[in-house]
Amino acid sequence: MLFQYAHALIGFLFGMLFVALQVFLLVRLLAPRVKEPMKDSTYECGEPPVGDAWVRFDMRFYTMALIFIIFEVEAVFLFPWATVYNDLIAGLRAAGTGNVLFPFIEVFVFILVLGVGLIYVWKKGDMDWVKAMRGQPKQSWPPTEGSTGERDVEKDVA
Amino acid sequence: MESYFTFVSSVLGFEPTSLLGFVGAIAVWAVPITAFVSVVGLVSIWLERKISAHIQCRVGPMEVGPHGALQTLADGIKLLGKEDLVPAQADRILFGLAPMLVFASTFVGFAVIPFSQKAVIADLNLGIFFLAAVGSLEAIGVVMAGWSSNNKWSLFGAIRAATQVVSYEIPLGLSLLAVVVVAGSMSLNDITQAQSGWVWNWFLFRNPFMWAVFLIYFIASLAECKRAPFDLPEAESELVSGFHTEYSGMRFAIFFLAEYGAMYIVSAIAVVLFFGGWYTGIPFLDHISGSIGGTTGVVVENLIGAGTIIVKSFLLICVQMWIRWTLPRIRLDQMMDLCLKYLLPFSLVLLVAVSLWQAFQGPIDGGNSVMGMIMLAATVASLIWMRRLAGRVSKASALRRELPVVKTGL
Amino acid sequence: MATSDAIIDQVKGQFGEAVLESSTPLGFPTVCVAKDRARDILTYLRDEPGLEFDVLTDATAADGLKYPEPWDTRFQVVYHLRSSRDGKRLRVKVGVPERDCTLASVHDLWKSANWAEREIFDMFGVRFEGHPNLKRILCHHKFKGHALRKDYFIHDGQWLDEPETLLDEIGDWGENPADEGFSELVPVNLGPAHPAMHGTLRVFAKMEGETIVKAVPEIGYLHRGFEKHSETGNWTMVIPYTDRLNYCSAMLNNIGYVRTVEKMFGIEPTERCQYIRVIVGELSRIIDHCVCLGAMLVDLGALTNFWYLFNIRERIYHLLEGLCGARLTSSYARIGGMAHDLQDGFETELREILRDMPRNVSDVLGLIAKNRIFLDRTVGIGVISREDALSWGWTGPCLRATGIPYDLRKVEPYDVYADLDWDVATRDGGDVHDRAMVRFDEMIQSMRIIEQALDRMPEGPVMVEDKRVVLPEKDKVYSSIEGLMNHFVLIYDGIKVPAGEAYVPTEAANGELGFYIISDGSGRPYRIHCRAPSFYLYCAYPSLAEGNMVADAVPLLGSLNIIAGELDR
Repeated sequence: MLFQYAHALIGFLFGMLFVALQVFLLVRLLAPRVKEPMKDSTYECGEPPVGDAWVRFDMRFYTMALIFIIFEVEAVFLFPWATVYNDLIAGLRAAGTGNVLFPFIEVFVFILVLGVGLIYVWKKGDMDWVKAMRGQPKQSWPPTEGSTGERDVEKDVA
Repeated sequence: MESYFTFVSSVLGFEPTSLLGFVGAIAVWAVPITAFVSVVGLVSIWLERKISAHIQCRVGPMEVGPHGALQTLADGIKLLGKEDLVPAQADRILFGLAPMLVFASTFVGFAVIPFSQKAVIADLNLGIFFLAAVGSLEAIGVVMAGWSSNNKWSLFGAIRAATQVVSYEIPLGLSLLAVVVVAGSMSLNDITQAQSGWVWNWFLFRNPFMWAVFLIYFIASLAECKRAPFDLPEAESELVSGFHTEYSGMRFAIFFLAEYGAMYIVSAIAVVLFFGGWYTGIPFLDHISGSIGGTTGVVVENLIGAGTIIVKSFLLICVQMWIRWTLPRIRLDQMMDLCLKYLLPFSLVLLVAVSLWQAFQGPIDGGNSVMGMIMLAATVASLIWMRRLAGRVSKASALRRELPVVKTGL
Repeated sequence: MATSDAIIDQVKGQFGEAVLESSTPLGFPTVCVAKDRARDILTYLRDEPGLEFDVLTDATAADGLKYPEPWDTRFQVVYHLRSSRDGKRLRVKVGVPERDCTLASVHDLWKSANWAEREIFDMFGVRFEGHPNLKRILCHHKFKGHALRKDYFIHDGQWLDEPETLLDEIGDWGENPADEGFSELVPVNLGPAHPAMHGTLRVFAKMEGETIVKAVPEIGYLHRGFEKHSETGNWTMVIPYTDRLNYCSAMLNNIGYVRTVEKMFGIEPTERCQYIRVIVGELSRIIDHCVCLGAMLVDLGALTNFWYLFNIRERIYHLLEGLCGARLTSSYARIGGMAHDLQDGFETELREILRDMPRNVSDVLGLIAKNRIFLDRTVGIGVISREDALSWGWTGPCLRATGIPYDLRKVEPYDVYADLDWDVATRDGGDVHDRAMVRFDEMIQSMRIIEQALDRMPEGPVMVEDKRVVLPEKDKVYSSIEGLMNHFVLIYDGIKVPAGEAYVPTEAANGELGFYIISDGSGRPYRIHCRAPSFYLYCAYPSLAEGNMVADAVPLLGSLNIIAGELDR
């Protein structure tokens, strides 16, 4: 089986080699090269860029990253269980002892704990992209006194 | 199980474990796979152009080759002759490494996905898991591209890509998990073989929850390969070109190829997990080696299998394109909402439901034919109903010739 | 509605000596007021119950240096006011001498004055005291001199290539001294070379994550000096320049310009001509809305709608190409009528287009009207209240999307619009969604108008018979001395528009397209000012975009339908 993984690794390296071959060899042989400083300038819609693009990421993205880590690790933990799940049930059925639901309940408790975590994060508002927004308050709706702000989608399609 | 590797080694007359055998086998698979990736790229880009054109009352490329089939090849050659530009402000090493990483992570997927029972290059026992892992690797390449460009639009695109791919990895992983619960294996080969037999043995019809699991997988896979309506990382009207704004010529072509390669991979995974992989759904065709016999039988059977999985995958690719040319793009916060507030809880519930079903129903080898037939019938019925519904909608829009009610002023 | 005289009397009664002069040229009440009381009078006009001129339609200026009869002061700043209550209009003129070229700013009375005053400063050098940001707006920031002054020679070109940084307008960055002066805010240029910045708009934005905290626009990338250019040729030579204003609906610009000149002559076009103007004008409106909606939906990522809408546009362009030989730059209208009659087969082709159009429109609506993604992306985005919309000087579909049924075709009917049965499309939301839907409704209404106009169009000439504006027929030139003389005079002197001034608004696709013209009675225009709807729509854009994400700012811009040609002139 390790040989199979070696193949995967070599496939990966070969993919990189393929790109390197094209970009660094073929293009270098075929494409023209005319040096001109303006060509190498950074694109910012035709204006000279103000400041550097290497800035700090917005905090919100880190929150997303944390949520990802929690649930992705959960999924990773569940994969081994999922693989043997059928065998466990078959084993319990064959033995005729114990509850067939036992492997399920074990993992259900695990999912439940994470589900509580999900609800907690949700209620705390960390899943709302807008929450952390500092700028202006959201525009009010309806915009004008007297207008209902309701819209009849049915009518639009008529 | 006899894999491609041992098969080829034996044909070539090497010991499978010898260095020569190893190198020879690699040479034999690497070249065709490279060709296949390129052909998949060419065909999908051509399909994209043609499908979008016909959706939009156009004809699309017509000049190069029959119906413009070679247009993409011509474009590729043109891109090969384009000057190689690296922005002066960029981080040169990462800038060069990014397309390599993105392409390689797609490329390696082709080595793992089975084409037929024998034509699988690396038959990993953790197949699904491995694919999910290299899928995330692509996100690293994309972030690398955006960051190293030192361009604000690229950076925005990269951050969007990272957020999107990373968060949709969760529902994607959980829907894969549901399939693993049913199949009891993570090997793509095993999963496919669990779906042999008639059409209703496919996992899609295995239990009532599988359709929902497939839909979640499909939506998440659209986000994973950054297809509309989840094309935020390269939203051309907002971020110019997103993470590959600074990439041009062949470097851009590599990103482009990798994107279409990724589309094939997610579609092929969907086919393996839900649509019976290389099985046609007709037992006679799937086991034709039994009636033909000998090496010819094996070859024919594998050819049918490879053809089947490729056709099925391309059908799914066409659905992806259909969606792209129909829907507007969603916004970043809506994208996150959809993932975290809808797909994630739903996929958790579905996982619980599928495992409960499995516990009560018990693992049945070859699937539950009665259940499958009911599910298949329900699917066909609902498709017909939806077609009717669509007919009714178009009839309604024809009636719009009578002018709509307009609020009048004054 | 208070009559013109009543308004003038009321102002005179209140301010007495400060009102220097009053008149009603061509039915447009005008008061000339003293410079030092101008702001008081304008405040009074805005706030006094019964007057309530709550819209500053336009503000511009003129230079009297070369005018045959000398003016009291070299410059005149001209404010065109309108009341949204009863639609009455008033022109307020303020003389500004060259020595003391200043005037009190009214940017806090009407938001639309902000950019209008910047334009006057840019073009004439009138300094507005109290203006928060008195910078050049259309010309380059290093430009020397003031282009529309009569002593600025048109060929005095200047080579300017230094980009404007806009750092003075963007404000502070909120650097955190505790964090090595690090700021969370990122400066980004949106445009000019950005796919969503329709042509050549530039917005310099301060971003927090993907949210625009502050946006500063820079315009003028497409400034070609339309107004300066117009002063060089004769009156007819302006028509092709107007094509380039809103190049998506060139016919409407032609019509708007010739209507103003006809007003100065007192000419009423023939009935057939009026019908033709209605038909080609409405076709142009449909085209314009197609472009706007198509581009806006592309901004949202819905690319297919663009083609469905452009199919309509393509067929109409085919028709118009047959009519006047050009697609974009039609130059079809003439002073006193149209260049020529409709071509054979026009009506048949048009009826076919009208037959197929509802299907195309409903295809687009079918893709978006109930589409959850589209609704999520547009409803409640870029909301503007009625008061703000009026204060910013908004007109056209964008104003009607806030629920104000202000449509010049109904309010101040011209041509034959009053005889036709159609409705003003309005919506209540004032957001991106409603701005789009109003345009869809208007396309339907335009089809109604065209159908009726086609049915009722009489036969007859398309040009008036007026020797002052129209060349005599060829056989008259050859056979009669009078014809020959008329021909000679018109060719030699050009059309001589009677001395005076006029402001005539036309309902163009984007809103009120007004031409303010001063004639000195010669064969050349003395001053032509174009009140471009996009200019006043776009000056509100930064305040709408701030607080939104980039992804929302882009369709928001699309929904305003900013056409750089008329924005930058």
